[in-house]
Amino acid sequence: MKFNLATLRGLIAGDQYAARVVPPSGFTAQLTLFASGAMAFLAVFALALSLASGRLAQRWGDELAGTATIRIVAPQDQRAEQTAAALNVLETTPGVASARALTDAEQQALLAPWFGSDLPLDTLPVPRLIEIFTTGQSFDATGLRLRLAAEVPGAVLDDHGRWRAPLVAAAQRLRFLGWLAAGLILAAVASMVTLAANAALAANAQVVAVLRLVGATDSYIAQAFVRRFTWRALVGSTVGVALGIAAVWVLPAGSDAPSFLTGIGFEGVGWLVPLALPLVCALVALAATAVAADRALKELS
Amino acid sequence: MLCGLVRKVIFATRPVCYSIESRMMLRHNRRVGAGARVIELENVAYSYGGGELLSDISVKLAPGSFHFLTGPSGAGKTTLLKLCYGALLPSAGYIRLFQTDVRSLERDDIAQLRRRIGVVHQNVQFLDHLSVTDNVALPLTVSGRHNGAAGSDLPELMNWVGLTNRADAFPPELSGGERQRVALARAVIMSPDIVLADEPTGNIDWEMSQRLLTLLVELNRMGKTVLIATHDLGLIRAAKAQVQARVLRISNRRVQLAGADL
Repeated sequence: MKFNLATLRGLIAGDQYAARVVPPSGFTAQLTLFASGAMAFLAVFALALSLASGRLAQRWGDELAGTATIRIVAPQDQRAEQTAAALNVLETTPGVASARALTDAEQQALLAPWFGSDLPLDTLPVPRLIEIFTTGQSFDATGLRLRLAAEVPGAVLDDHGRWRAPLVAAAQRLRFLGWLAAGLILAAVASMVTLAANAALAANAQVVAVLRLVGATDSYIAQAFVRRFTWRALVGSTVGVALGIAAVWVLPAGSDAPSFLTGIGFEGVGWLVPLALPLVCALVALAATAVAADRALKELS
Repeated sequence: MLCGLVRKVIFATRPVCYSIESRMMLRHNRRVGAGARVIELENVAYSYGGGELLSDISVKLAPGSFHFLTGPSGAGKTTLLKLCYGALLPSAGYIRLFQTDVRSLERDDIAQLRRRIGVVHQNVQFLDHLSVTDNVALPLTVSGRHNGAAGSDLPELMNWVGLTNRADAFPPELSGGERQRVALARAVIMSPDIVLADEPTGNIDWEMSQRLLTLLVELNRMGKTVLIATHDLGLIRAAKAQVQARVLRISNRRVQLAGADL
């Protein structure tokens, strides 16, 4: 099948007479519609998962990259003194935007999920935590660690890199898997349409013979089938995407905290991605049917 | 346009019609070229399944000629006809349709060329989901010429083949004779230069055969080249009484001009 402007115009606008030369295929048409719709519905979720994973990876990366923590592990009587020394060091450290020691109440709140809210912090050797907000790339964790070792022996710097990296990597891998799933779903659409088109062409071998007898070109015959399957895929996937978006829309939003379970969905321009799915499905169906028709018509020669 | 000619043929008692018909014949002859062969087979052979079905066939059909192709069943009449409209390609030799070697053409180019050849097939094939009118208009549809103007000539063509009252019927509802006449209407709607008919009277009674033959003779008088494959000698004799027809006989995989006994 040759693709040119006339072919494209024929596919979009159609021809009321040409559209009728291929007999209506009833059940096959319904199956194609259903399969396209179901695949598009699944693709919406795959894309939602992928985009949400991407956002989560970005958010985790940004948040963790902009903060660091110092633990002051010192005897009770030296803790306040070393905390002050550490804060002094941080004031003169390039790349540190601000730093502050957590209050007892804040530390108690952090430990509450594990030990309860009535933990007597003053009687336990709980290290004092200093929260650091960095300005970005100019922050030198290694240099700070060396200064702290020299001036505040009880200070341990944690720049979050140890556990940030695997989390971000996991989120990025999940994002990749989401895109891969969407790609596989489109490949499944192509396979399904190819099978349906082959079946339709085989079932209509006599129609093809008649059309050839009266002077129909193979491009014309192929176009009749391609147009039909492309429209079915477009209509089916549009319905599937609409239902998928509605399902994503009604998912519980959860809190502001980023989470895989409550963060699945689309934001901003991300909404354009599922909206493009019907067009992509139609293009996949068009290509698959064109290839299948070309091959089948050669075999029917 | 053939439909215009058909109108003239139907109302041939009007003297003015002959002059219009003559002009149309002249236009037809100019289109195919004076002295040119519309179909030319040169040393053609066709093999199928390891065996040679046709061998060293050389046939030339001039514009406006009327030929019969006869021979026993299985001799290769249908195969030769298919070679003549590009449905099959020869194993050896050359086939020229309108002076174009078919082997030099792409499939779509052959399809374009086939629009100048009307075919009435032995096993008449229709699209059963379309009405008789839509089936007759199918060549116009596939060539993108099915519009209001062309469509308005359809009733006249249906009248010519005597099927006006069956225009909205569907092919499975037709008798053998009606199907052959629908096939003929479909074959000529594009005003082809050549009409090929494969056993057109095979499944119909004598009266209907004569009616169909009359239509084919009318087409020939309009300047169309007609080639009919048949084993019906009665049909050939009846035709020779109306038109100057040559008879080609397939025998032992070769084609020869039949004697005067036919």
